[in-house]
Amino acid sequence: MKIDLKVWRQKNQNTKGHLESYILDEVDAEMSFLEMLDMLNLKLAKRGERPVEFDHDCREGICGQCGVMINGIAHGPLKNTTTCQLHMRSFKDGDTIYVEPFKAKAFPVIRDLKVDRSAFDDIIAAGGYISVNTGQAPEANSILISHDEAESAFDSAACIGCGACVATCKNASAALFTSSKISQLAKLPQGKKESSKRTVNMVNRMEDLGFGHCTNTEACQVECPQDISVLNIAQMNYEYNKAKLKK
Amino acid sequence: MAKEIHANIPEGDLKDKWSNYKAHAKLVSPNNRKKLNIIVVGTGLAGASTAASLAEMGYKIKSFCFQDSPRRAHSVAAQGGVNAMKNYQNDGDSVYRMFYDTLKGGDFRSREANTYRLAECSASLIDQAVAQGVPFGREYSGYLRNRSFGGVQVSRTFYSRGQTGQQLLLGSYQALMRQKEQGNVQLFTRHEMLDLVLIDGKAKGIIARNLDTGEIERHGAHAVILATGGFGKIYYLSTLAMGCNASAIWRAHKKGALMANPSWTQVHPTSLPQSGPYQSKLTLMSESLRNDGRIWVPQSNNEQRSAVEIPEEERDYYLERKYPSFGNLAPRDIASRAAKEQIDAGKGVGALKNAVYLDFSHAIKEYGQELIAERYGNLFNMYQKITGIDAYKEPMKISPSAHFSMGGLWVDYDLMTTIPGLFAIGEANFSDHGANRLGANSLLQACVDGYYITPYTIQNYLADHIQVEKTDTNHPAFAEAEKQVQEQLNRFINQKGTKTAEEFHRELGEILYDKCGLSRSEEGLKSAISQIQNLREEYKKNLLVPGDAEDINSELEKAGRVNDYMELSELMCIDALNRNESCGAHFREEYQTEDGEAKRNDKEFAYSAAWEWNGEASSPVLNKEPLEFEYVQPTQRSYK
Ligand SMILES: Cc1cc2nc3c(=O)[nH]c(=O)nc-3n(C[C@H](O)[C@H](O)[C@H](O)COP(=O)(O)OP(=O)(O)OC[C@H]3O[C@@H](n4cnc5c(N)ncnc54)[C@H](O)[C@@H]3O)c2cc1C
Ligand code: FES
Repeated sequence: MKIDLKVWRQKNQNTKGHLESYILDEVDAEMSFLEMLDMLNLKLAKRGERPVEFDHDCREGICGQCGVMINGIAHGPLKNTTTCQLHMRSFKDGDTIYVEPFKAKAFPVIRDLKVDRSAFDDIIAAGGYISVNTGQAPEANSILISHDEAESAFDSAACIGCGACVATCKNASAALFTSSKISQLAKLPQGKKESSKRTVNMVNRMEDLGFGHCTNTEACQVECPQDISVLNIAQMNYEYNKAKLKK
Repeated sequence: MAKEIHANIPEGDLKDKWSNYKAHAKLVSPNNRKKLNIIVVGTGLAGASTAASLAEMGYKIKSFCFQDSPRRAHSVAAQGGVNAMKNYQNDGDSVYRMFYDTLKGGDFRSREANTYRLAECSASLIDQAVAQGVPFGREYSGYLRNRSFGGVQVSRTFYSRGQTGQQLLLGSYQALMRQKEQGNVQLFTRHEMLDLVLIDGKAKGIIARNLDTGEIERHGAHAVILATGGFGKIYYLSTLAMGCNASAIWRAHKKGALMANPSWTQVHPTSLPQSGPYQSKLTLMSESLRNDGRIWVPQSNNEQRSAVEIPEEERDYYLERKYPSFGNLAPRDIASRAAKEQIDAGKGVGALKNAVYLDFSHAIKEYGQELIAERYGNLFNMYQKITGIDAYKEPMKISPSAHFSMGGLWVDYDLMTTIPGLFAIGEANFSDHGANRLGANSLLQACVDGYYITPYTIQNYLADHIQVEKTDTNHPAFAEAEKQVQEQLNRFINQKGTKTAEEFHRELGEILYDKCGLSRSEEGLKSAISQIQNLREEYKKNLLVPGDAEDINSELEKAGRVNDYMELSELMCIDALNRNESCGAHFREEYQTEDGEAKRNDKEFAYSAAWEWNGEASSPVLNKEPLEFEYVQPTQRSYK
């Protein structure tokens, strides 16, 4: 296949970026999207040019490190699929593909397609845990959790922290990310105790970090590789209001 | 000259050793802990769990990883589950049985005392993970659920759907972030350790490169823990993440830490096959698929028909034929080797003839598609995303892939290397799995090392260092190490050859798969050694790294990692050549039984080979740690 790539190139946070055109004419339909970028990078390296920097590690859809805007869509055309799991069979010979970084105020560009998502770690640090030290835990089966509760907590916990929800949202809100952790822990008996404090701290931190407000467009779930439900956001709002009422 | 190495196994009966150790280990009082700094390299299950636990105790921690968040360490990719001895199923499990299964699975090539401790500490891990909010699978009654996993007869595997590693890792990552918030942990993401710094023979710090800015930094501490994971990526195509590497442990090795059994690599039987020359990694499909899938190849060579067109009587279900009692559930090393045998004999399927079929049609007929979907739906979806094929309609194509490093830095019972103050935990050490790791035991090992062992053993070391001042990073040892690192980076940049690190890495990977992979021979290993030496020479002259060292540069990162692989790969071949026996994943063609199974030689090879760097990659010194079996009698493994 022949692919006409328009790739975002940007030296660093302080310089302006631009789209650069590259033609690849030996793309195989079985290649993954990232292998196609590898192919481009090999070509650039051989010509003595700087390869395109992009984020990736596991290449199997679970580490959450990859993620770019492909033709304006976070992680590209397939629903609930990470960039690394997208394959070139989703494109046609002769296609033009625009590749740009996730863009959000809280995710500054580091170089080319790489962005800084450490704000997500900061949100977790604000309270995304159960405060238990190593050694304090009671016997595991002394905390009974019904099958459905556990499965539902898992559905929330499955988030891979890639940031597609933020990149997709017109407000660059981190509501889906933050709420998935809040509601996972709120659904479990061992996480309920700290729920109010956790929710308030995480929501405040999210706002301090420059993420926008959620206006319920629900675009985030569509692009989420794990199909995390927007109902988590409803639960977060419920936990937040409950905490505020208590005060 | 060979060193005397001591495993420092505590006195007492097997089941009392760890209690005895804990009862007598030295302690550091709470008010002294905050004066002591510990560097933890790695934020996988081993690194994050130990960093969080030590910070909770009051130590000051610096935590490093090369990814942009600790949560992305490759532990995240583990699917199947984690083993623990809870005996919730009342099916006859016990610490002793778990210990024995692990020792036997490892083909009697691990240390009894360490393996026993792994089983002994396993139950606490499940308690801890549940308390952290890890959503393990549950029964409708609310009790924890188990499944069974490769090569054992009890159900002791706990799981979170197909994402057990992710959920366990998030538990320890969150504990780590909690300690960061409290000011006990400093986090250095996107940092790569490039050297270990020794002062007066003790580990006192590291040199790290900030991967986003190119800055070279010095970090001092009272002790250093390496939790940098496995190095299966050395084979290029593997189930590991792109950034997984051996650099941290290899550079520590070159500073004096011994490297044990480096050639023992587990090749996983059920990964997706390579689909073309551009392929960058192989994706694992969980071993649990072998519970219902049947593995086969066509009977005739060079078969042109599609799988569904081949009638039953022209298929060879070779695992069921060769291993009637374990069938498709034969242990990993055996299943992988059998697949290779078929592929080498020309029975391979798929465009590149490099795969075998894993067929669910019988199971679907027997149980219905719905039940199969409930059990494996996420894996079938993943298969479809990657291959575009619907595995409900035609068999999956699978093939063996490099997966897990049983070898690693040699450690004693305290998990300390031969360098005082340098500890190695998780997949980075050689410890508990012998010559073959049992499924679901390595998440466990990473967690047990991190949560339960180093918090005791590092205190035993640090207790003698309470009076020691903070490490001065202006010490000449730091300056010298930094200079070496800088010079190496400049050398890579200035070479301006014609081949990228990736191209070299692919070539190296092919040599290793071919000659130091599933099957090894004296002749093959000798020729691999000379091929590697030639490739290494070429690497010194013809490497192409675009860009510079003062900035983010992923090509430069790869150059360093591949440089270390060029040396470690030779040691792997030397190790495999030295071991004139077959055991577990190490299969030497010269040493097999009449029906082609691994033939151990306990008389001459019941030892761990701990290699010492001698200034040059081709002449390592062999040290032997004899394996003494006091409590079990090694037997010939049989899965027929
Ligand atoms: C696909 C797959 C599936 C698996 N499934 C299972 C399973 O079901 N059950 C099971 O028990 N085991 C499984 N395993 C094995 C198990 O996941 C690993 O052995 C285990 O998670 C290793 O944990 P770790 O903490 O030692 O290393 P990792 O999780 O790999 O962490 C390594 C850390 O070190 C850091 N690091 C590495 N090098 C450097 C450096 N030079 N400088 C700075 N930081 C560095 C990395 O950033 C990372 O944080 C699986 C493995 C794979 C690959
Ligand atoms: S590279 Fe890990 S999710 Fe894509």
